[in-house]
Amino acid sequence: MTTKLETLPTPDKKSAGNGKPTNHRKPTRARESRGTLAFSRAARTKALIKHAILILAGGLMIYPLLWMVVSSLRPNELIFREPGLWLSTLEMSNYTDGWSALTHPFGHYMLNSAIVVVGSILGNLISCSMAAYAFARLQFTGKKLFFGIMLLTIMLPFHVVIVPQYILFSQIGWVNTFWPLLVPKLLATDAFFVFLMVQFIRGIPKDLDEAARIDGAGHPRIFLRVILPLMVPALATTTIFTFIWTWNDFFGALIYLTDPDMFTVPVALRAFVDSQSATSWGSLFAMSIVSLLPVFLVFLFGQRFLIKGIATTGIK
Amino acid sequence: MSAISELNSLTKRKGPATAEEKKANGRDNKAAYIFLLPWLVGLVAITIGPMLMSLYLSFTDYNLLQPPEWTGLDNFIRMFSDARLHNSLRVTFTYVFVGVPLQLAVALVIALVLDKGLRGLPFYRSVFYLPSLLGGSVAVAILWKQIFGTTGLVNQVLAMFGVQGPGWISDPSTALGSIILLHVWTFGAPMIIFLAGLRQIPVMYYEAARVDGAGTLQQFWRITLPMLSPIIFFNLVLQIIGSFQSFTQAFIVSGGNGGPSDSTMFFTLYLYQKGFGQFDMGYASAMAWFLLVIIGVFTAINFIAAKYWVFYDD
Repeated sequence: MTTKLETLPTPDKKSAGNGKPTNHRKPTRARESRGTLAFSRAARTKALIKHAILILAGGLMIYPLLWMVVSSLRPNELIFREPGLWLSTLEMSNYTDGWSALTHPFGHYMLNSAIVVVGSILGNLISCSMAAYAFARLQFTGKKLFFGIMLLTIMLPFHVVIVPQYILFSQIGWVNTFWPLLVPKLLATDAFFVFLMVQFIRGIPKDLDEAARIDGAGHPRIFLRVILPLMVPALATTTIFTFIWTWNDFFGALIYLTDPDMFTVPVALRAFVDSQSATSWGSLFAMSIVSLLPVFLVFLFGQRFLIKGIATTGIK
Repeated sequence: MSAISELNSLTKRKGPATAEEKKANGRDNKAAYIFLLPWLVGLVAITIGPMLMSLYLSFTDYNLLQPPEWTGLDNFIRMFSDARLHNSLRVTFTYVFVGVPLQLAVALVIALVLDKGLRGLPFYRSVFYLPSLLGGSVAVAILWKQIFGTTGLVNQVLAMFGVQGPGWISDPSTALGSIILLHVWTFGAPMIIFLAGLRQIPVMYYEAARVDGAGTLQQFWRITLPMLSPIIFFNLVLQIIGSFQSFTQAFIVSGGNGGPSDSTMFFTLYLYQKGFGQFDMGYASAMAWFLLVIIGVFTAINFIAAKYWVFYDD
């Protein structure tokens, strides 16, 4: 670590080398104390500038979302000529119109999405934690190879498998059922979560396993009674990410769900956009907000796990 | 430690097995494969099997109704002369090589401003992070469609300054730009990775540099950037892989057709149209493998280039 610092220009070294350290140090200290006073004032201005930049940038980023919320409460014609956030009247008809604009009330699609989300979460929690336990704690032939393959599948573009997967699932007769969206989760194909859990289990002290083993516990017991309870934070991160990704998943639903009965929220919204002329932005916005609400709530309450999950494993 | 550095260390570590490894070797095979069973089944049935199947299909003509007919390299030869495919490549490359650097640059700048004990950091972080959670949704794509429409929010604001803006998404020269902007808007996730990386840099490096008289800019070039380079690299690799597969935004904003005049026809959108619009499954498979090769090549280039600019502190 220090070697790198030595490559930086070091004027102090030169002054230390000229043999008059006492003579040199006094003025330096004086300059320093004057420096800290000036520094604190400069630091405050600097912080102010930073806050100004951040508020401006943050406001700009969030503004479209706020405007969408406000616009969803406006009469339709105002959406085309009111860029501000001021609400003069409160128009709820966008929500009631949008809710019943499609074949089914919007709640139907929310329920479909909820089923897929809950199934996906359960699937990921069970299958990924099992695989992670094997990778993190057990020794077996081919471990390194499998682990490497697992890491590679995180980066595999899903387009390479989507055509044969579609053929496979359509031959089983699973098109327009939720199975094509759920079965891959039950089989731990979201390798990202396996990796996240492996990382977490590696951080759990091995002494705990050993103690359980001495008490006569086998692997299923160690996994269920020792590891699982201790990896709750990783399970929470998995739950939250699975929730958001599945709730937003468009491509899978677009391919496998073509019957309006089975539509999840994203494909329902897409059908809504396609069926409407450009004049009904109000109800489109209203349903868009309804569709974003669950994600926003999860974000509010699960932020801690989201940020930790991203920061430690680095995938959005 | 990230997935990428794990992969790196897997390929490097070739020392003899430790005593612990030797002792345990082979002991847990049965238990391990039981625990791995769901993953193994998934690997074979959902990932590797379909991969090989699509490789086979890429050499066939297949429309789901008749059995696949072997046509050799026909699909690949067709790709050579498919002008729409070439256009879709150009669109995708523009998106990736403008959108990703722009997004990472914004993420880095905001992370630098946010770093170092600024008050209200958790609040700012949430505000900047939120769009990256919502950005992949159909709802936000709908919002974008309105904002950059002829009578959308952007043009309403421009009109306040007396400027008559174009229909951003109905004009072929600006449509892709508005989708790139949507990608930049979701810089929150890489920003959080940068923030975590910045926190890893020992404060004493900066202290020592300040004592030695290094200015803010010099500290940034000599300490922050080199120390952060593994994380920049990590973000770059992942964002490039992800952006090549981008689909939803272009699909919704263009109404599913990649318009106007194919200006937002992403490679994945074209693949979807071929495979699931026209059921030209052989051609779609060939395209999918081509995409895999493109992503593989760019990831490899990234890893090779990394040797020259990524700095590892150990």
